[in-house]
Amino acid sequence: MPDPAADFKIKENQDICRPVLDARDITVTYRTEKGPLHTVRNVNLQIGSGEIYGLVGESGSGKSTLARALVRYLPANGILSSGSVHLGDTDLLALTKAEMRKVWGARVTMVHQDPNAAINPAIPIGEQIAEVARIHLHMNKNDAKDKAMEMLNKVRMPDPESVARRYAHQLSGGMLQRVLIAIAMTTNPELLIMDEPTTALDVTTEAVILDLIGELMFEYNTAILYITHNLGVVARVCNRVGVLYAGEIMEEGCISRVFKNKLHPYTRGLLGCVPRVDANKKDISLKAIPGYIPRPDQLPHGCIFAPRCELVEPACEEKRPSLIEIESGHLTACRRHEELKKIGDVVADTRESHEEEAEYGELVLDARNIKKYFPVSAGLSSIFGGKGSEVKAVDDMSVRMRRSFTMGIVGESGCGKTTFARCIMGLEQATSGEIELEGELLPYSVAKRSWETLRKMQMVFQNPDASLNPQHPAGESVGRPLILLRDMSRKQVQERVKELFQAVNLPEDFINRLPHELSGGEKQRVAIARAFAADPILMVCDEPISSLDVSVQASLMNLLVDLQESQGTSYLFISHDLAAVRHLSDWIAVVYLGRLWEIGSAEDVFVPPCHPYTEALLSAIPIPDPDIRQDSIRLKGSVPSAMNIPSGCRFHTRCPRKIGPICENEEPPWQDAENYHQICCHIPLAELRSLQGEGLIKKPQSAGGDSK
Amino acid sequence: MTDTTGAIKRRESKSSAVLKAFKRLWRYPTTLIGFTLVFLFLVIALFGPTIAPYTYTQQNLVNKLQPPSEEHIFGTDQFGRDVYSRVLVGSRDVLSVAGAGTAVAVFLGLLLGLISAYRGGLFDELIMRFMDVILSIPPLLLAMVILFSLGPSRLNVILVVGFLYIPMVARVVRSVVLDLKTRQFVEAARLRGESSFYILYREIFPNVLPHLAVEASMRFSYSIFLVASLGFLGLGVQPPSPDWGLMVGEARTWFHQARWVLFFPAGAIALLVVAVGFMSDGLRRMLLPGGVSDA
Repeated sequence: MPDPAADFKIKENQDICRPVLDARDITVTYRTEKGPLHTVRNVNLQIGSGEIYGLVGESGSGKSTLARALVRYLPANGILSSGSVHLGDTDLLALTKAEMRKVWGARVTMVHQDPNAAINPAIPIGEQIAEVARIHLHMNKNDAKDKAMEMLNKVRMPDPESVARRYAHQLSGGMLQRVLIAIAMTTNPELLIMDEPTTALDVTTEAVILDLIGELMFEYNTAILYITHNLGVVARVCNRVGVLYAGEIMEEGCISRVFKNKLHPYTRGLLGCVPRVDANKKDISLKAIPGYIPRPDQLPHGCIFAPRCELVEPACEEKRPSLIEIESGHLTACRRHEELKKIGDVVADTRESHEEEAEYGELVLDARNIKKYFPVSAGLSSIFGGKGSEVKAVDDMSVRMRRSFTMGIVGESGCGKTTFARCIMGLEQATSGEIELEGELLPYSVAKRSWETLRKMQMVFQNPDASLNPQHPAGESVGRPLILLRDMSRKQVQERVKELFQAVNLPEDFINRLPHELSGGEKQRVAIARAFAADPILMVCDEPISSLDVSVQASLMNLLVDLQESQGTSYLFISHDLAAVRHLSDWIAVVYLGRLWEIGSAEDVFVPPCHPYTEALLSAIPIPDPDIRQDSIRLKGSVPSAMNIPSGCRFHTRCPRKIGPICENEEPPWQDAENYHQICCHIPLAELRSLQGEGLIKKPQSAGGDSK
Repeated sequence: MTDTTGAIKRRESKSSAVLKAFKRLWRYPTTLIGFTLVFLFLVIALFGPTIAPYTYTQQNLVNKLQPPSEEHIFGTDQFGRDVYSRVLVGSRDVLSVAGAGTAVAVFLGLLLGLISAYRGGLFDELIMRFMDVILSIPPLLLAMVILFSLGPSRLNVILVVGFLYIPMVARVVRSVVLDLKTRQFVEAARLRGESSFYILYREIFPNVLPHLAVEASMRFSYSIFLVASLGFLGLGVQPPSPDWGLMVGEARTWFHQARWVLFFPAGAIALLVVAVGFMSDGLRRMLLPGGVSDA
C-alpha cells in the first residue's frame, strides 16, 4: 500500500488554476433578541479541485457557521448578509430554494461529527447509500444497489456485502463515519464539507479515517473544506489551512508554510498549546493563550486578537488590520508579522530544571489485581438454569503510585480505564483485588470508607457540565467538602474558598456564579478547586480536559502541574490523548480490554521497545508538525466486546505484529526492559526493538529525507 | 466582599433571570392568554361572592329558566337562581378541590418518585408496578368506584383525585431522578460521604423542581376536568353547591327549554382547562428550555 500521506502531499504545490468554490467577502448575520450579530465577517475562501482546505479555530470562532453559510444552509435566523459564493460556474446566491435542493447532496455534500445522528437508524446502510444514487444520479433500483456496493468498497469497508444489510446500531463509530463518507462521495460532488469528522473517534480509528480521506482525494477531484479544532489533524490531511478567529481569517496558506513560518500570533499560540510528544512537564510548561474569544457584539475596536496577543502594541488597538499576502498564497492579518519572524519558534517556555529526584516519596496508592465484572442478565434462559455472561470491564489491573507522582492511563474508549478509576474511588465495587491507600486496606464501596479516606481521595470528572450542580453557586460546590471533610466553621470556609478560587486562577466574584454562567474551562477549574478543597493526597482525573479547547486544555494542564508542585498531590490521570498524558505523567500504563500491556516511565514508553499496541497508538497521534514522519501502523477493526474476550493474547485479533498460533493460544508473559519498564508480549524485547527501529516519531534530518 | 452583598447579588441575578424568562414568554400569545385567564379565574375564585350580584342560593321561582337579560346576564336556572352568580361562586369549588387534589398528588408522587428512583432495586420495582396497576384502570371508573364506597364529599374527592394522579407524577419524577443520580455532581457528593437525605434534598430535588412545576400544572388541568366530571355524575360536591360539573349535570334535564343554564358552566370548565393547558405549555417553555422530553 502506498503511503497516502506522502502521496497526496505532492498535490500541495500544484497550481490551483480555477477554484471550485469561490466565496468572496462573506458576512453572516444572526438576528437575535439583542439585535444583529455578525458572527462571520468579510471572509474570502477559495478551494481548488482536489484540494483539502483546513479551517481551524477555537469553539465559537464561527467555523461551522461559515461552512453552512457557503452552502446556504443556515438556521432560520441566520442570513448571508453580504458576499458572493460561486460553485464552479454557478452563483449559489442566485439560485432558488428548489434549485438549491438539487445542489445539496449532489454537488455539495457534508460529513458531520456525529455519525449516529446523521444516519437513519431504521434503514439498512446499503439502502441509504442507494437512495442517494437513485435521487441524485437518477439510477434504477439495481444500478443504485451496485453503486452502493461500489461505494462501500471504495471506502475500504470490511465485508461490504453484510454491512450493506446492517443497521446503524450494528456498526462501530469508525465504520459509520466510513458510511457517511461513502454517502457523501456517491455523487462525486464538487465540494465536500467535513465538520469535525473524526473528533468523536478514537485516535486509532481517526488515523484510519484520515488515511482514507487522503486516499479518496487521490481518486476524486472533490474540493474539501475540512473543519477541525485539531491542528495535528490539519497537518496530516490538509493542503492549505485557514485559521479562523472570532469570525475572521487570521492566517491562511499552505500547510508547510504556515506550520514552519507562523505569521500570526494566534496560530503561534494555538500551536504552543499543544503538548509535545517529545517533552513533558519537567522540561516545558505549555503556553496557554490568555483570555477568551470575544463575543461578536463585543469586538475590540482594533485588531480583534489584540486583547489576547503577546505582541500587542498601541497601534494594534487603533485600526483593524486587513489580511495581506506576504509570500505567494500565505496571508496574515497581523501587522507585526515581521517581528514574529524574529522571535523565532520557541513557543513553549522551558521550565527551570528541577533537581532530578532519585527516589520518589512514600507509597500512596497500591492497587493490586483489581477486577470488575459486570453481570449481564441471561434473560429468558435463566429460567431454564442458564447462567448470564459477564462483561469483564477490568480484568486484573495493578497500579502503584508514590507521593507527588502522576500515573497516566491511556487506551481506546471502552478499554476499562474509567471503570478502573471508579473502582479505586469506590463508585463501583470491585469484584476482587486489593486497594491500599498509604498502607491501609480500603473497603470496595465508598459508603463504607472512613471520613479520612474520603478526604484523601478526590476526583475530577470528564464532563464539566455535569460535574457541578446547576442549582448551586460555584462557591457552595467548593465550600461543601470543607464543611464536611475538614470541619471548618463558616468563617474559615469563606476564607478558604477565596484562597482556592485564587489558586485555580478564578476571580473572586465567580464564587456566587451559577454553573450556567461559567464557560467549560471555568467550570472545570471550579471542579478542580472542589477536589483540592479536601486537601487530598490522591486525585483521580478522568479525562478532565478532553472536552475543552486546546488553549483551555493547556492552561488547565499548567494549573494541574503547578498545584501538584505546591501540594504534593499524586494524580491518576486518565486520557485517550497520548500527547496530554505524555506531558503530565511520570509513569504511563497502557490499557487494552481491561488489562495492562505496558507500564513504564513516560520517556521509556514512548521509545522502542514498546508493545505493538502502544506502537499503534503512537503512530496514530496527529502531530501538528507536517515534517514529522510517523510509521503508519494501523489497527484493523474495532475493540472486541468485553463479553467475548479473545483467547490467548487479547490483542491478537488486531495486532499488526502477530507472530503465530502462540498469540492465539497462550497468554503473553511480562518482560522486563530497563528501569522497571515492563511489556506484556510474546515477541522478545530485542526483536521488538529491532522491528521498531530507532524512534516511532521521527523528525526529518534534512529536506531530502522528507519524501519517502 | 461580604456575604450579604453576595447574597443580594445572587438574588438580583435570579430575579433578572425570571424577568428574562417572562420577557421570552410574552412572545407566545397562547402563553400570555393562559396566564392571564388563570389569573382572572383565581381573582374570581377569591372575590366571587362579593362580585356576584345575587347569592348563589337565592331562589326566585317566578323567574325560573329565564334567558340571559339585563338583570341576569347568564339567565336563570330551574329554581330561578342567577346562573352568572353561580358560575362566579362555583369557580371557588373547582379551583380549590382540583388544586388540593393536585397538591396531594404532587407531594406524594414526588416523595415516591424520589425514593423509588434513588433506592432502586426491589423497592423501586414494587412501587412502580403498583403505580402501573393504578394507571391501567380508567381514572373516572376508579374514582366512581372509590367514591361510591366512601360516599361523596369534598374531602373524598380531593383524596381520590390525589390518589389517581400520584402514579403520573411519580413516574415523571422517577425518570428525572434516574437521569440525575448518575450525573457527576451526585457522584461527587457520594465521594465526599454525603448522606442520602442531603443528596436527595440538596443535590437532586432542586433539579427536579422545574420538571415538577410543569408536571403539576398539567395535572391541575386534568384534575379540573376530573372534578367536573365527578360533579356531573353527582359524586362530587352536593347540591345546592354551585359546582360547575354539578350545574351541567342538573341543567341537562332542562336543556331544550334553557340551553344557557348548561352552556355557561360548561363553557367555564372548557375555558379554564384550556387556560391551564396554555399556562402549562408556557411553564414548560420557561423552565425547561431546550425542549426536554417528557422525562
